[in-house]
Parts: sequence; structure tokens; C-alpha cells
Amino acid sequence: MVRERNHRAPEAKAPNHRGRKNDDGRQTCNSQPATRNLAQKTKHKTLNTKPNPMITEPFTVGNSFVHRVDPRLKLVFAVMLSCIVAVADSLSTLFAGLAIALLLIVLARLDGWAVLKRLAVVFGFMAFIWVVLPLTYPGVPLVEVGPLQLSRPGVLLCLKITLKSITILSILIALVATTTLSAIGNALHSLGVPGKLVYLLVMTYRYIFVIENEYQRLIRAARIRGFQPGTNIHSYKTVAFLTGMIFIRASARAENVYRAMLCRGFNGEFHTLGPVAPYTRNKAFTVLTSAAFIIILGLEIWNQSSP
Amino acid sequence: MHIAEGVLSAPVLVGGAGLALAGTAVGLKAIDYDRITRVGILSSAFFVASLIHVNVGPSSTHLVLNGMVGLMLGWAAFPAILVALILQAFLFQYGGITVLGINTVIMALPAVICYYAFRPLLFKAYKPAMVGAFACGFCSVFLAALIMGMSLIFAEEHFLEVAALIFAANLPVMIIEGIVTAFCIAFIKKVSPEMLPGYGGQRPEDGGQKTDDRATGFQKARK
Repeated sequence: MVRERNHRAPEAKAPNHRGRKNDDGRQTCNSQPATRNLAQKTKHKTLNTKPNPMITEPFTVGNSFVHRVDPRLKLVFAVMLSCIVAVADSLSTLFAGLAIALLLIVLARLDGWAVLKRLAVVFGFMAFIWVVLPLTYPGVPLVEVGPLQLSRPGVLLCLKITLKSITILSILIALVATTTLSAIGNALHSLGVPGKLVYLLVMTYRYIFVIENEYQRLIRAARIRGFQPGTNIHSYKTVAFLTGMIFIRASARAENVYRAMLCRGFNGEFHTLGPVAPYTRNKAFTVLTSAAFIIILGLEIWNQSSP
Repeated sequence: MHIAEGVLSAPVLVGGAGLALAGTAVGLKAIDYDRITRVGILSSAFFVASLIHVNVGPSSTHLVLNGMVGLMLGWAAFPAILVALILQAFLFQYGGITVLGINTVIMALPAVICYYAFRPLLFKAYKPAMVGAFACGFCSVFLAALIMGMSLIFAEEHFLEVAALIFAANLPVMIIEGIVTAFCIAFIKKVSPEMLPGYGGQRPEDGGQKTDDRATGFQKARK
């Protein structure tokens, strides 16, 4: 992957021009931006009172059973298990699916608290569903609280949705979030996903962090100038200009990156290296997840045929 | 703008995945390798923009900006949004694997529609351009909420109330998105108009004069 050295391409131009006028051009050209960058770095440190990165990947690094499985296998089984859970309909199947997903999380030796925090994303929507659906879904009432009726099918549907949601997200955390993105890109490519899409994915991932930094810088600058977000046109205008600036800088950066890639011989072909990490647990994983898949499928078919 | 896992039925999921696949295929065909870097980096800008929160009264909402992405990328919005969603699933577990297709359609289809509907307005006079940009932001979220509600109702007809509530909750988001998109496009038009579709090298505010001097744009913005 091409790494972009010049972090702030448009701004760094100015000292370069000044340097060229100088007699021993080369020395100044190289040293001036460097000192400038250093000054900026120290400045950032003092200003950035709470280093709070928005994007973190707590699960990718590890040495557990799941971390040592070939990413291709993990992706294939993650898709298979997610799909069968998403279309399953009986409660026993869903509980079995949840048990399997939790087993995978245990096998990946992930921090329970961190997993719970990630799962909390869906809790808001689940709470909303639990409030609305039992009241609005027609059917036999389960409980009557004053004038309100909580319908039995409504509660059942809520339970199913909650189970499915948590199970699928747990599978995602256990199998996909435990893989580095470069390994996922690699796996996708060797599974037959078009090279362009894989390239787009890896490229986007590479620049998310750069652009997030840029956003942090812009918002910090706005805060220093006394910007306090509120519900008014001024705030929206500021955010809009800030977003516009992000898009403009991203576009300028894209030009520079593309030119830099051309310089390094990019000819439209995207190469991925084969699997590198010692993936030693492939057979055990295949047996385990296939068994899990067959159990869920069997349960579902059995439940469908004997209602 | 996400539909959570486990809510939709199999036909809706499969239909969404099929549509997303078709859109992505068209989008990928439209991107050649000269443009792919640009699409990737704009896709990460879209990803970061969706992390920006703006206040709405006591609560807050995050920007969607699929209208902006549509304007800047056209059909390439499909792969760009798909990739951003994959990364959201990978990094934050916002939505899982099975809803990837339908969520892509929810955001990318309005983006492409807005591209065709509002592209001709962007370089008109100030007022129609601002109205067009506002409508672009508004409609992109409006259509997204509409597709989302429809897919919920298709999945389960008793989701009508849930869908209606979600749609109503998105009304303020539509207005904010419209305002932010309008100002954002006005800003980009002044600073870097060549990023927008239909730019013919002239600035309408300068009376149609051809100019590459960016300083005039900045000075005008300051007035």
C-alpha cells in the first residue's frame, strides 16, 4: 500500500517555495518542512487534552483459537451462520444460534466488557421495538395493563428480533472483527470478489484514519475559535463548511496519492499476498463451525416440520 | 440510516442484496483505475462525515450526506457506500452481514436518484442552486427513510407503526441534512467547484467569466 508521507500537501508548499529561493536550496528545502511538522506535532499534543480516537479496533489482535484460523474460512462461515440465523424462525433454533455465537466469542478470548459495549449499539433500537411492537401488534393479549394490551405474538416477535440481532452481531465480532482488514481484503480477493472492490475497500480503510485526523484538526480549530455546537443555523453552517473542507481536502489528497502511485509503477493491477500468519487451526475450526451450522439447520427443519 | 439485524424477512434481504449487487456492478463499471483512488478517499470522507454529530434540540443526530456522495460520485456511490458500510460493520458492528445489501440500497439508491435530479441545478444562479442543494440533501434522506419504511412493511405488515415512527423521527434529520448539504455545496462551489458535476470552468457568481483564480472565491466568501 502506498503510504503518503506529506501529510499536509497544500500547506507544506509555502516553505518549499521559500526554501527554493535560498542559496543552498536542498538543505533548506528538506529541513524547513520538517521543523514545521515538529512544531505542529508538539502543538497538537498540548492542545489535544483528551486523546479520544473515534475509531478503534479492540479485537483484531490476539493469539486465540479463532485468531489462528484462515480469514477465508472465517468469512465463509460467518456469512453462512449469519444467513441461517437471519432466516430462522423458531425460538429453539435462535437460542442454539446464540449459544454457538457466544461459544465463538469465548474461543476468541475477547474481553467481555468490550464485546458488550459493541453490542450496545443495537440496544437503543431494541428498546424502541420492545416498547412499540407489543402494543401495536394484533393478537392474543399476554398481559393487560390498564387500557394497554401487550400482545403475545408481538412480544414473541420482539424476542426473536433481539435474539437474531445479538447472535448475528456476536458472530460478526467473533469471526470478522478478529481479523485485520488487510487479511479480510486478501480473503475477499481470493474468494473471487472483483479486484476493484477489494482495492476500494482497502483504500478506504487506509484513509479513514487520515481523514479522521483531519476532521479532528478542523473541529479543534473551530473550538479554539469559540465554536459551541447548538441548534441554530450558525452551527449547521459551521459544520457544513467543515464537512465541505473534509471533502475538498480528501479530493486534493486523492489527486496526490494517485500521482504518487503512478510514480511507483501503479498500472491498474492490484496484488494481494497469500495468507501469511500461521493459520494452524483450520481443520478444527471447519469441523466445529460445520457442526454448528448443521445443528442449527437440523433444529430449524425439525421445528418447521413438527409445529 | 441502518436497519438492524434480525428484523427483515428473507425475501427482503435477498431482494436488497440483489439490488445492491446490480448497483455495485454498474458503479464498478463506471470507475476506471484513474478514478478509483478518488472514490476510495471520498468514501472514507463519507465514512468520517457520518461520525459527525450535530445538535437537534436536546438530542443529537449524525450526518448521513448520501446526497453529497451521490452528487460527487454518481453511480460510483453504490460501491463507495457499500465499502463504507462494510467498514462500519467491521469497525463498529453497525449492522451485520445479512443487512449489508439492503442498507446499501437504502443509502445509495437515493444518492444516485439525487445525482440525476439535482445535478443540472448546481451551476444555475445562486437561488435555484441553493434550493437544489437543499432539496438534494432533503430528498436523499427522505427517500432513504421511505425505502427503509417500505422494506420494513414488506418484511412484516404489522411493522406499519414502527415504520411510521422511524420515518417521523427522520423528519428533522431531513431538514438538517438539507441545510448542511446546501451550505456544503455552496462552500465547495466557491473553493473547489471542479469537484461537482456539471462544472464547465466558469463561476456563475462571476458573471460567467472563466477563471481559475481561487482567491476571488475566498474573498467573495468573506464578504
